[in-house]
Amino acid sequence: MRRVILAVTGTIAGLVALLSFKSHVPSVPVAATTGGSAGSSSSSSSSSGGQTTTVPGEFPQGSLAGKLPAGETAVDGEAANTAYGPVQIQLIERNTKIVKVAVLVQPANTLHDIQIGAFAFPKLISETLSAQNGKIDAVSGASYTSAGYIQSLQSALDKRT
Amino acid sequence: MTGDEAPNRRRHAEHVMGTVVSFDVPARAGEPRGQGSLGQAVRWLHWVDATFSPYRDESDVSRFGRGELPLADCAPELAEVLEACAVISARSGGYFTTTPGGTFDPSGYVKGWAIERAAAIFTAAGSAEHSVNGGGDVQFVGSRLWRVGIADPLQPGRLAVVVAGRDFAVATSGVAERGPHIIDPYTGQPPAGLASITVVGATLAETDAFATAAFAMGSVARDWVESLDRYEAFAITAAGVTWQTSGFGAYLG
Repeated sequence: MRRVILAVTGTIAGLVALLSFKSHVPSVPVAATTGGSAGSSSSSSSSSGGQTTTVPGEFPQGSLAGKLPAGETAVDGEAANTAYGPVQIQLIERNTKIVKVAVLVQPANTLHDIQIGAFAFPKLISETLSAQNGKIDAVSGASYTSAGYIQSLQSALDKRT
Repeated sequence: MTGDEAPNRRRHAEHVMGTVVSFDVPARAGEPRGQGSLGQAVRWLHWVDATFSPYRDESDVSRFGRGELPLADCAPELAEVLEACAVISARSGGYFTTTPGGTFDPSGYVKGWAIERAAAIFTAAGSAEHSVNGGGDVQFVGSRLWRVGIADPLQPGRLAVVVAGRDFAVATSGVAERGPHIIDPYTGQPPAGLASITVVGATLAETDAFATAAFAMGSVARDWVESLDRYEAFAITAAGVTWQTSGFGAYLG
């Protein structure tokens, strides 16, 4: 049953409010770039008409599978639907510890999406990596719009063994 | 440790109860549609959904709520749930209620209870180490140190803190999940003050229900959780300030 009173989790109320009013646009796979280009919103490029747009971030975009050094493996999360479109991430592990996160799919069709992507995604992924300080077994908390990300992270965790 | 055990572990994500329930169990638990403990747990959760969902017109909960089905004719588990809900309601000063929106809906207890019971199925089958995560509310079984990231409600995707513990339960109640449903029963308004609150305890049924009640309380939740033996809490206010109960530090991972 859907949780009525309770709890699955938490989110950014402001972001939720913003996103809730945005019409849906299909997401596109982010272009594979050389990972790690430190991005900022000023370097975001936008295009009209729902064309593919690359949103730079502080983490690699596009799959790293096949480009990893020995000892590191890539685990893809399942694509999760958020209020602003499908999100899919990839965890890079070494000795069962997450050492990197790549974004496989994120919404990037509107300027609004780009602003969110440029701000929220790098922040959240880098913070996720630093906060967990290694390995986590599960994620508690979730939220409507971030549910996509959270679930995607959990689904990636679910595939680690 | 888990990495070493990886070949003997099984993870499974089951879509049920309007969320995704993730299992981290011994490989010998079998298949989700099989006869082993994983299959039993999955079937149990679907049975709970069918029986307790207020969104299904023909569930026992819906029929009982409409007055069509006397309690004695409902699944006996409903009486058990009602009894537990009454206790939690009393312990929370009425902040936990089975009529959050005016109609009968014990979901605030049922989900955590169902997940706790699902975890118990593996214990009964001989597993000494497993976890079941019901959409963010988790029952951990096993003496190893389990680490769980707590989502930051103010920054989607960010973990606010990592909680670690052994044989314990973690439940988070927050703004987003609330939707229009979590209402302070005393004011009739959505609770103010907290963006999310995470409660840790031994077992998920009570821990989860306490998290729900604590969230509805808002700022006074801190004193309330302090008053509860063997429960601790970590909260993030709408303004981004965090606080924790005096014993929460023991769980910081």
